[in-house]
Amino acid sequence: MDRVTKKPRLATAWLGGCSGCHMSFLDLDERLIDLAARVEFCACPLTDLKDFPEADITLVEGAVANEEHLETIHEIRKRTKILISLGDCAVTGNVTAMRNAFGVEDVLNRAYKELATVVVGIPSGNDVVPKLLARVRPVHEVVKVDYYLTGCPPSADAIHACLVDLLEGREPAGEVKRFG
Amino acid sequence: MTIEELNQTQADETARQQALDERIYCCTAAGCISCGAEGLRNAITEQVKSQGRLDKVEVCGTGCMGMCSRGPLVMAASGTALYGNVTPSDAPALASGNPLDRRPLADRQIDLNAPFFTQQVRIVLANSGRVDPEKLTDYIAAGGYQSLARALTELKPPEVIEEVKTSGLRGRGGAGYPTGLKWELVSKQISPTKYIVCNADEGDPGAFMDRSVLEGDPHRVLEGMAIAGYAVGAQQGYIYVRGEYGLAIQRLQTAIKQAEREHLLGSRILESGFGFRIDLRIGAGAFVCGEETALIASIEGKRGQPRQRPPYPPESGLWNQPTLINNVETFANIPPIIEKGGAWFASIGTPSSKGTKVFALAGKIANTGLIEVPMGTALRTILFDIGGGIPEGKFKAAQTGGPSGGCIPEQFLDTPVDYESLARIGSIMGSGGLIVMDNASCMVDVARFFMEFCMDESCGKCIPCRAGTVQMHDILRRMTLGDASEDDLAMLEELSGLLRETSLCGLGQTAPNPVMSTLRYFRQEYEAHIRERRCPAGHCRIEAGVPA
Amino acid sequence: MSVKTLEIDGKMLTGVAGETIFSVAWNKGIRIPRLCHIGGISDVGACRLCLVEIEGQKKLQASCLTPVEEGMVVHTDTPKLRAHRRLIVELLFAERNHICSVCVMNGDCELQELATELGIDHVRVRYQFPSLPVDLTHERFGLDHNRCILCTRCIRVCDEVEGAHTWDMLGRGTNSRVISDLGEPWGASDSCTSCGKCVQVCPTGALFAKGKAVGEMRKDRTFLKYIVTAREKKQWIE
Repeated sequence: MDRVTKKPRLATAWLGGCSGCHMSFLDLDERLIDLAARVEFCACPLTDLKDFPEADITLVEGAVANEEHLETIHEIRKRTKILISLGDCAVTGNVTAMRNAFGVEDVLNRAYKELATVVVGIPSGNDVVPKLLARVRPVHEVVKVDYYLTGCPPSADAIHACLVDLLEGREPAGEVKRFG
Repeated sequence: MTIEELNQTQADETARQQALDERIYCCTAAGCISCGAEGLRNAITEQVKSQGRLDKVEVCGTGCMGMCSRGPLVMAASGTALYGNVTPSDAPALASGNPLDRRPLADRQIDLNAPFFTQQVRIVLANSGRVDPEKLTDYIAAGGYQSLARALTELKPPEVIEEVKTSGLRGRGGAGYPTGLKWELVSKQISPTKYIVCNADEGDPGAFMDRSVLEGDPHRVLEGMAIAGYAVGAQQGYIYVRGEYGLAIQRLQTAIKQAEREHLLGSRILESGFGFRIDLRIGAGAFVCGEETALIASIEGKRGQPRQRPPYPPESGLWNQPTLINNVETFANIPPIIEKGGAWFASIGTPSSKGTKVFALAGKIANTGLIEVPMGTALRTILFDIGGGIPEGKFKAAQTGGPSGGCIPEQFLDTPVDYESLARIGSIMGSGGLIVMDNASCMVDVARFFMEFCMDESCGKCIPCRAGTVQMHDILRRMTLGDASEDDLAMLEELSGLLRETSLCGLGQTAPNPVMSTLRYFRQEYEAHIRERRCPAGHCRIEAGVPA
Repeated sequence: MSVKTLEIDGKMLTGVAGETIFSVAWNKGIRIPRLCHIGGISDVGACRLCLVEIEGQKKLQASCLTPVEEGMVVHTDTPKLRAHRRLIVELLFAERNHICSVCVMNGDCELQELATELGIDHVRVRYQFPSLPVDLTHERFGLDHNRCILCTRCIRVCDEVEGAHTWDMLGRGTNSRVISDLGEPWGASDSCTSCGKCVQVCPTGALFAKGKAVGEMRKDRTFLKYIVTAREKKQWIE
């Protein structure tokens, strides 16, 4: 992978998912220290950046579920050389996409009316809460994805193997242990 | 009825008809009925009655006269003057024996010397428009059941098959398998029980050939089936007719009853040792039941789903017995072949495709209707001479073979219409539906339309067809909305290959044909939808802006 | 009984007349992929995953329905077949809502296993996300249409082995749905004997035993062999 420079820039992003894939990433444990030495960690869900930075590799967790995700993923795609779908929500839609069988209206009514106890009513009239898309979509349905890490969540080993392969200029072996 | 009685009936009825002053034929096929043919026929009858000429003038209902676009049609003066777009108020003129009284209808008179009539050769449709489909004697007067009589008295079963083989007749349902070979396969099976099945589950969009034959000349099909039964050694036949064809069903029921009453069907046909019964089975609206193994399952009372072939029906078909399945038009060709000989039939058409083919002209064409032409007639002749050309705009493509067929662009207009030539340019003969499109038709949307049809009609048994048609339709639909990418186009082609190579039956295997043929000849239209989000035909409504 | 010698994937193998290519191959360890086939009940050739290439034949043939013939040369794993199989499995994943992470069969599912075997790491066609019901009316079992791949194993085992014919198919095309009796809830079925054979043969988590958590369900198909051997050979094998 000649696209990856000497000190490559690595980013992670969190769309519609439970953050479990990020937890799995953190399960790299002491391998994180090695990784930190080899890359420049330029963005993650905790960094407070106005714009998504230029990156060589971005791991994207979660499905595209709302307008903010949609905007973010297009921005990421523009600024990232290698985009990796991290985990089943990004790859298949997974649990995030389970609402697709019902439709936005029903889901919002269920969450904010039928089950609400304190404040009853669907939030509206502000730009803070992004609007839900009509359909939750896996990332590769929206932008081009270069590699896929399957699993709910993908194992730390799988994430590690993929990153190391890329950092060492190899095509990731991409061995799928379990799909879906 | 004995053969002598059959001949006597023919002579008596012919004499009776000749003694009349005139016969007035009213087209009472489905197309003309839908624009008021019944009321018109009654009005003409009333008119004749009020003139007190009922004993001298006969008003008959007939099968399809062909030029459906001008219906309702009336053939006055014993078949010498044809009028279109007539109404009950024209009844006095039509019923008059004096040609001068018909002068007000001059502008609606249809020229019987026009190419529409002169370029046709009518074998299957010989009686359509001339014979009352509800009167057995009318059919007998036209020579009906003489072929069956000839087969039973003069020919041994192998000789009947030899005659059909000599004729070179090929299956008119679409695939074009040599009919004589199929008959021979069934005849060679050693089994006390064999079946004849007539496939009348015509379902291609825009196709109404079989319907017209059944509505216009049902006895011809019965006769063809009985001859087949005699040839292969079957005593029972079934006609599997789609439930939507109410009039065809009704006329078939009438015809079967009439034929049974006169011992032209049933036991001891024409006092011979041969017995043959025909029963109707009514389809319940599944296109896939036109596929022979699904059709068999449906007759057996099972879910109408295809099964793996082999075994093929000639070896193991209906209730696991040897079964001969032919299409309506194929059976309708049999009586003339037996009457005039296989060599006569083989003299019509091309070396590999003999005889004639009935086509249903639909879409952007002046003379929408039913025609019959010799095999090998150029598409241009069919569309521009017989069909009268494109009313407005410019010719873009002709679609043959329905959802299993392909679109033929302008550069192939001089292609002779026969099984091989059509296959060579990526289409198929099919059952005879011919849909004409002008430059206002978007080929991507045409492909989408046919894919939607296949998706709705997939039985769901095998995965490639069940789920693949859904995905292909999804891609095509998004193309027409300007929401598709190059990847989608590549996937469309990959899915086409999958369906063609892995589907269980013909429905799935041929479902990609409209896509593949439009991609072959109109790829730039697909690319315009994808790259420029533009429909070159101006048909698709693509909204401005970037799709989500 | 005559013996047929044929070549499958370069190996010379023998089968008896009438035996299928699929059966000869599996007996010799050549695992042709399949979803609708299961030993002990009739074959329908519906999943199209067991299609093989036979030299000299233009069309691919369903190996579960094609009897072996003398001198046949069969290929079960060519690039073309792999590509077709991959796309077929992708079509299945996209057709209904296969959310493996919340499925009782996660990790022991034939569909999932096949996807892994074929190296599928994402589905290239669009997920359809249909809205489908779950029938939990039966006392011991459940039917989740979201996970059904319409292989009809349940229909066949119920009809051919149990003899109840509780299951059948409603509708057509992608709207096909497995139904009990004439569309009644499973729990209200008069014909169901609650034997559970359908649950055991179901390749996915569509039919499952109640009370199992995600990934807990394991299916036991050995019973089919007992019953079929007992019926056909009058022997009770352990």
